[in-house]
Amino acid sequence: MIVEFLELFINAGFWAATIRIACPLLLATLGELICERAGVLNLGIEGIMTAGAMVGWTAVYLGADLSSGIICAAFIGAMFGLIHAGFTVHLGASQHVTGIGITLLASSISYFAFRLILPTSTTPPKIQAFEQVSIPFFSDIPFLGPVFFQQTIFTYLAFLTVPIVIWFLNRSPFGLAVKMAGENPMALEAQGIDVLRVRTIAVMLGSSLMAVGGAYLTMSAFNAFYFGMINGRGWIAVALVIFAAWKPERAILGALLFAGLDAYQVRAQQLAGAIVPYQFFLMLPFLLSIAAMVFAAKSTRYPKALLVPFRRGERH
Amino acid sequence: MHTLLEVESISKKFGDLSANVNITFSVSEGEILAVLGENGAGKTTLMNIIFGHYLPDSGSIKFKGSHIPFGNTKESINLGIGMVHQHFTLAENLSVLENIAIGNQSLLGLSIDFKKIEKKIINISDEFGLSVDPHAIVSDLSIGEKQRIEIIKTLYGDCKLVILDEPTASLTPQEVDQLFLIIKSMVKAGLGVIIISHKLDEILRISDRIIVLRNGELTGSMEKTNFNKTILAEMIVGKKIVRPIKKEGRKKEKLINIRALNVSPNIGSPMGLSDINFELFGGEIHGIAGVSGNGQRTFAEFLAGHIWPDSGDIFVSGNHVNKFTPEEFMNLGIAYIPEDRNSDGVVGELSILENGILTETRNPMIANQFGFLNRKRSKDFVSEICERNDVRFQSLNQPARLLSGGNIQKLLIGRWLKRNPQIIVACQPTRGLDEGAIASVQSLLLTERDRGRAVLFITEDLDELLLVSDVVSVMFDGKLIGPYPSEELEKREIGLMMTGGDVL
Repeated sequence: MIVEFLELFINAGFWAATIRIACPLLLATLGELICERAGVLNLGIEGIMTAGAMVGWTAVYLGADLSSGIICAAFIGAMFGLIHAGFTVHLGASQHVTGIGITLLASSISYFAFRLILPTSTTPPKIQAFEQVSIPFFSDIPFLGPVFFQQTIFTYLAFLTVPIVIWFLNRSPFGLAVKMAGENPMALEAQGIDVLRVRTIAVMLGSSLMAVGGAYLTMSAFNAFYFGMINGRGWIAVALVIFAAWKPERAILGALLFAGLDAYQVRAQQLAGAIVPYQFFLMLPFLLSIAAMVFAAKSTRYPKALLVPFRRGERH
Repeated sequence: MHTLLEVESISKKFGDLSANVNITFSVSEGEILAVLGENGAGKTTLMNIIFGHYLPDSGSIKFKGSHIPFGNTKESINLGIGMVHQHFTLAENLSVLENIAIGNQSLLGLSIDFKKIEKKIINISDEFGLSVDPHAIVSDLSIGEKQRIEIIKTLYGDCKLVILDEPTASLTPQEVDQLFLIIKSMVKAGLGVIIISHKLDEILRISDRIIVLRNGELTGSMEKTNFNKTILAEMIVGKKIVRPIKKEGRKKEKLINIRALNVSPNIGSPMGLSDINFELFGGEIHGIAGVSGNGQRTFAEFLAGHIWPDSGDIFVSGNHVNKFTPEEFMNLGIAYIPEDRNSDGVVGELSILENGILTETRNPMIANQFGFLNRKRSKDFVSEICERNDVRFQSLNQPARLLSGGNIQKLLIGRWLKRNPQIIVACQPTRGLDEGAIASVQSLLLTERDRGRAVLFITEDLDELLLVSDVVSVMFDGKLIGPYPSEELEKREIGLMMTGGDVL
C-alpha cells in the first residue's frame, strides 16, 4: 500500500499536472507580490482572478483569438487594480476592507455578466483553448519530456514571467521605485518621485498579472467558465507571497510545492478509495502549506511600509 | 562669494498654528548657516518649504538669482538643493547602492547601470571622506553610516546647497567630529550648507552665521565674530532657563542587585543583554549612556517586567525575584517611564482622565470592592496628579494625544508617583521635549532622588547625563561598563566607551 503511494512520485503525469496547477498560482502570486512590494496589500485578488477567468473566456467565446483573450483579461485586471489603488493609495482607505470589497464586486460582476451572455445554458460551453505544444527534440526525452516540454504556450509564458519579474524588481529603475514605495515612501518623495503614481501603477501591473492567472484556468486548464472556479486560489497566492518572503524567485518554489500537494492529493484519493475519507486528502495541501508557512515566514523581512498609506505634505 | 539662496518673507500655517511667520534670510556659497531653535520652532517646516515638501502660504524663494517653484521637490533637486532629513529617508531592506540609485534615474529606463553608480559613489566618498560599503544592506549599518549615505545621496546629484536637519541628533561625540570634517570639506568645495540644530555648543563650533527661530518667528541672527552663548540661549527660549541644581547626594540602602543577567536577542528589543551585574541604591541617580540600540531599552524593559531573562538573579529590596511580569515589578515598587511615551506610555485616543487611572483600576481610592470605578473620585485623582505635576490641559476629557510631549511625560510620572514607588526606571525621559519641559522632568527626578528613591536614568544626551547622574555606566553591545562616579568622567571618554573603546 505504502509503495503505491510512493510510486505516484515517479509518475510523469503527476509532475506534468503539478506544473499545470502551479501556473495560475504562480501568476497570481507574482501579481500580489508586486502590489505588496509597493506597500499595498491587494485582497481583491480572488475577485480579480474571477474577472480575468471570465473575461478571457468570454473574449475567446465571442470570437477573439487566444492572445487577445489574455490581453483582455490583463486589461480588466488593471482596471480593478486602478479602483483598488484609487481607494487605498489616493484616499488612504483601509487596504483590507477595500480589497475584500473588490473581491465581492469583481466576482459578482463576473458571474452576472456570464449569466447575461449565456442565460439558459446548464453545461458551460467549452472554447478552443491553448493546446499542448511539444517542443521538438526536448519533448522526446524520457520522463523529463512529458513533464516539461509537452505543455501549452500559456504554461511556458507563466514560467517566463518569473525571470521578467525578477529583472523588473532588481534591475529596472521603475522596479526599484516600487520597492522603495513599499519600504520607505518618504525616500521616494525626498527624491522628487511621485509615490502615489508609483504605487498606482504597481497595483495595476500586479492586478493584471492576477487576472491573467485567472484566465489561465479558463483558457488553458478547464477551457470553460464555472461558478466558484477560482476556489480560493487567490487566498493561497496571498499566503504564498509570505512563503516567498516577497522574492519572485521563491514564489516559483511555493507555487510548485502547493501545486504538487494538490496534484498528489487527487491521485491519493483514488488510491485510498474507501479506506480514508476523501476530505482528508482535500485538506492535505492546506495543512502542509500552513506548516511550510510557519517555517518559511519565521525570519522574513516584510516590506516596511506595507499597509501604510502615504499622504503628501503631511507632518511626519 | 555669491549669494546662493534668498528666502523672502516666507509664512506657513498648519490650521491655527503659525509654523513660520514672515521669515527672511540668505545663504552664500562656501558658507555654513546654522538655524537654531527649540523643537516646534518651525525650523524643519522652513526647510521643507525650501526643499519643496510643503507649500508656503506667502513669500518667495530665489536660488542663484531666479525664483524657484513651490511644492516641487524634483525641481529643487534639479536646481541643486539637497536635503538630509532628520528621519533618514532610506529603505532599510535595500542596499546602499539601490538607495542612492533611485534618485538619479529616469523611471522609464530598461535597466540600471549599477557599476557606473558604484564608481561615482566611490569618487564622492574619496573626495569628501565619506567611507561606505555600497553593497551593504542599510538596516545593518550604524546611524553614523546611514547619515553618510544620506549625504552621498545629496552630493550625487551635483548639489550646490546642502540642508542638514538635526544631523547630530543621535551621533556620538566622535561621529560628530567626523561629520564636521565632512561639512568643512563640502564648503571648501564651494557648497553652501544649512545646518539645523537645537544643540548650541556644536553649532558655535561649526557655523559661520546663526539665525534663531522661536514659535515660527525669526528672533535674531549673529555673525561668527560676535557669537555669544548666553545671548543665543535666551533668543532660543525667549527667557532664561533655570537648570536644576544637583544637591549633595545621600546614598542609602541597596534596592536593586542584579547578578549575571543574560537575555537572548530578539526578546522584546533586538539587542540581547550579556552578563549584566548591576546595583542601584536609594538616594542615587544611576545614569546609563549608550548609542540607541545597544541594549539600554532591553534593560529598562527587563526592569519593568516585560522580559523573561535566560539566566541571572535579581534582588529587589533584598527579595529574590523569580516571576517576571509587569504586575510583579509594579508591586515591587518599580515605576517605569518608557522610551516611547506615545505608544508604551499613554493611549493617545483615550482621554486624559482615562489615561490617568489606567494603571490604578484596582486602587481602592477610585474603585469599590466590586471593581467598579467611581467617576467622581477618578476625576479628583487625576486632577490632583495634573495639579501637583503642572500638567497643562484644556479639559480632562480631551484625548491624551493632544497634549504636548512634556505634559504627557509629567502626567505619566505623576501617575507613577501616586503609587509611591521606591525605584524609578526612566528610559530617555526628556527625548523630544522642549527646554522648559526638560528642566522640569530633570528636577522631578532629582527631587525623587533627594527623597531617598533610586533612579535609573537612561539617556543619549551626555550633557544631561553628567548634569543629573551620581554614577554613570555605559551600555555597549548588550554589555554594561562601569559604574564610574560622574564627576570623574569627561564627555569624550563616555563617547569612546559608547562605541566600544576602552578608557579607564
